[in-house]
Amino acid sequence: MSGGYETARAGNGGWPGDRPSPTAAAPRAVSPGAGGGDERTLAPLARRRLPVVGRRELGAYVVLSVADPGGPAPDPGQFAMLAAAERWGGGADERPFLPRACSVARRHGDGTLDFLLEDVGPGTERLAELDAGDDVWLLGPLGRGFAAPRAERRAILAGGGVGIAPLAIWQEVLGPGALALLGFRDAAHAEGAALLREPRIATDDGSAGHRGLVTELLAAELGGPPAEVYACGPPPMLEAVRALCAEHDVPAQLALESGMACGFGACFGCVVPTRSGYVRLCVDGPVLDATALERVEHPGAPA
Amino acid sequence: MISFCGIALAHPIVNGSGTFDAIAARRAFGDALLDDFPFAAFVSKTVTLAPRQGNPPPRLWELGAGMINSIGLPNKGLAGFVAEDLPRLAELRVPLIVNVMGSTPEEVARLVAAFAERDEVAALELNVSCPNVKTGLLMGADPGETAALLDAVRPRSDKPLIVKLTPNCASPAAVAAAAEAHGADAVSLVNTLRGMAIHPRRTGEPWLGGSTGGVSGPAIRAVALAQVREVRERVRLPIVGMGGVQRGRHARDLLDAGADIVAVGTESFRDPRAGARVAAELEEMGANSGIAGTPLPTGRRRISQRA
Repeated sequence: MSGGYETARAGNGGWPGDRPSPTAAAPRAVSPGAGGGDERTLAPLARRRLPVVGRRELGAYVVLSVADPGGPAPDPGQFAMLAAAERWGGGADERPFLPRACSVARRHGDGTLDFLLEDVGPGTERLAELDAGDDVWLLGPLGRGFAAPRAERRAILAGGGVGIAPLAIWQEVLGPGALALLGFRDAAHAEGAALLREPRIATDDGSAGHRGLVTELLAAELGGPPAEVYACGPPPMLEAVRALCAEHDVPAQLALESGMACGFGACFGCVVPTRSGYVRLCVDGPVLDATALERVEHPGAPA
Repeated sequence: MISFCGIALAHPIVNGSGTFDAIAARRAFGDALLDDFPFAAFVSKTVTLAPRQGNPPPRLWELGAGMINSIGLPNKGLAGFVAEDLPRLAELRVPLIVNVMGSTPEEVARLVAAFAERDEVAALELNVSCPNVKTGLLMGADPGETAALLDAVRPRSDKPLIVKLTPNCASPAAVAAAAEAHGADAVSLVNTLRGMAIHPRRTGEPWLGGSTGGVSGPAIRAVALAQVREVRERVRLPIVGMGGVQRGRHARDLLDAGADIVAVGTESFRDPRAGARVAAELEEMGANSGIAGTPLPTGRRRISQRA
C-alpha cells in the first residue's frame, strides 16, 4: 500500500513517491458492511491541536500516543487525519503538505489515542519521529468503522502489515474470542503483532511464525464454525481475502486505503471502484462490505 | 454584512467550487456544520447535464506547496442534483451558488435555465474550463467563445452569473472583458493550473488517472495575485479571488489586488474550518472595511437593459 500514497487511513497513508512497503502499510478502516445505515461517531468540526504523550518503537513500527481527553471515542475502524503541528513540510520534495490518514489502533481510558505508523514517505516519516513534547493537528474520528458480526458468526481478524492497526481496537471490543491472523514481511515487522491478543503470525520470509501468507492461515480457519472476516492490509492481501471469503460464502468487511487529501468528503480524491461505481473511502468507507467490490484494486500501487 | 452581486454575505470568504462538499461534511461533522458553517456562501461542485463518474484513480498527487487533482467533475447530473442535493444544500444557512458546466453554450444555457426559478439558488457560476465540442476551443480560454457562451446563457436567467476564469490561456483579462461586455455579473479566478506528475515507479507514465490535472494550493498564490490584478485593470465587475489562500493575509493580498471577495479552496482539505479561520484573521486585520463589493448592475437590470 503505500504504493502510491500514504493513504487514507490506516496505518499511514502513502503518497506518491513513497517507498513501497510490500505488506505493510495497509491502514484502513472498516465500514458499513452489515449495517447499511450511516452510523458513525461524528468528528468535531475543527482539527484539534493535541500533545504527543508517547512514542514507542515496535519492531519496524512506531506507536504514537496522542492525548485527546476531550475528543469522542472513535468507532473501531475509524481514522483520523494527522499532521505535525510544527515542521509539516520541508521533507523529501518539500513535502508533506496534506495531513495523513491513520487508523486509530487503540483508545485508552483517559482518551489517549494510539496510532501505528510505518515510515514510508515524508508524511509518515515526520509523524513517526514525533515524541512527547511535540503537538499534532488531529481531525477525527472520520469514516465508517466495522459493523458487528452477523448473528451466530465468530469474528476472524485478518491483518497485513500496518493494516493491523484498526483490528487491534476492534479486537478489544469484540473480546478475546476474536481470532487474529496477522501477516508481515519479516520478524521485525511482526513485532507489531504485540498490538493484538494471541495473534497467529505469518511472515513472507519465515523469520517469525508461519512462512507464507496470512491468507493461508485464514483458509485453514474458514472450514470451521461460521465466521465473519474483518480484514485490513495491502490491496493484494485484501483481494485474496475477498476471493477466499467469496469462495467459502463467508461475509467479510474490508478496510481499504487510498490516497486522501481531506478525510471528510471534500476532495473526491480517495475513490475506489465498487459494483455501484466509485465511492469515497473517507465518508463511505474505509470499511466496505466485500460484496460491494468486484475486486480490490489499488490503482496507485506499484506494478 | 457585505454585498456581492446583490447577495448579502456575512463575511468575504466563500469556498472554491469542488473543494468542499457540504453534504458529505454534514455526514462527518453532523449539524454542527450548519451552526458553524465556515463560508459566507456555499459554491457547489460542478453540475453537468448528465451524470459523470469522474476520472479513474489515482486522482491526487501531493506537492511541496500544494497538490494536483484529477477528479474529473463527478456529479449526479442535473436531475440528480436537483432531486437529491439541492434540498439538502438549501438547509445551509448561507446563500447557495451553483456551479455548472456544459460542452456547448446551449448545454450551459439549459443548466442555467433549470435554476432560473429556484429560490434556493442565489447565483450561478459558469465553469468554462471545458472545450466547446463544436469548435474544439476551451470556452473560457478564448474571448469569442466566452462572448458566445454568455449570449446564449444570459437571456435564460435573472440570477447573477459568475464566470470562473481559467488561468490556462493567453489572456484571462481579455476573457474577463468579453464576459463583462456580454452580460456576466462577476468573474472568479483562478481555477487550477494544468499540471502533471510522472509515475514514480513506471518510467514516463503519468501518475494521475486523468493524465494531467489541476495544480492548487500555495504554489499558485502568486499566479492568482497577478491574474486578479490584471483582470481588475480590465473590468469593473466584482471579482472572486482565489488561489493558495491559507491565511487572512493571503486573502488581504487578493483584496488589495482587486478582488471583492475571496475563496478558500485547497486549504480546506487541511483544515475544514479554514474558511472561518481566514475570515477571522482578515477581520482582525481590519480588512473588512471598504471591501463591500462594488455595487454593479445585477443580472436582472442587464436583461432589462438589453430588452
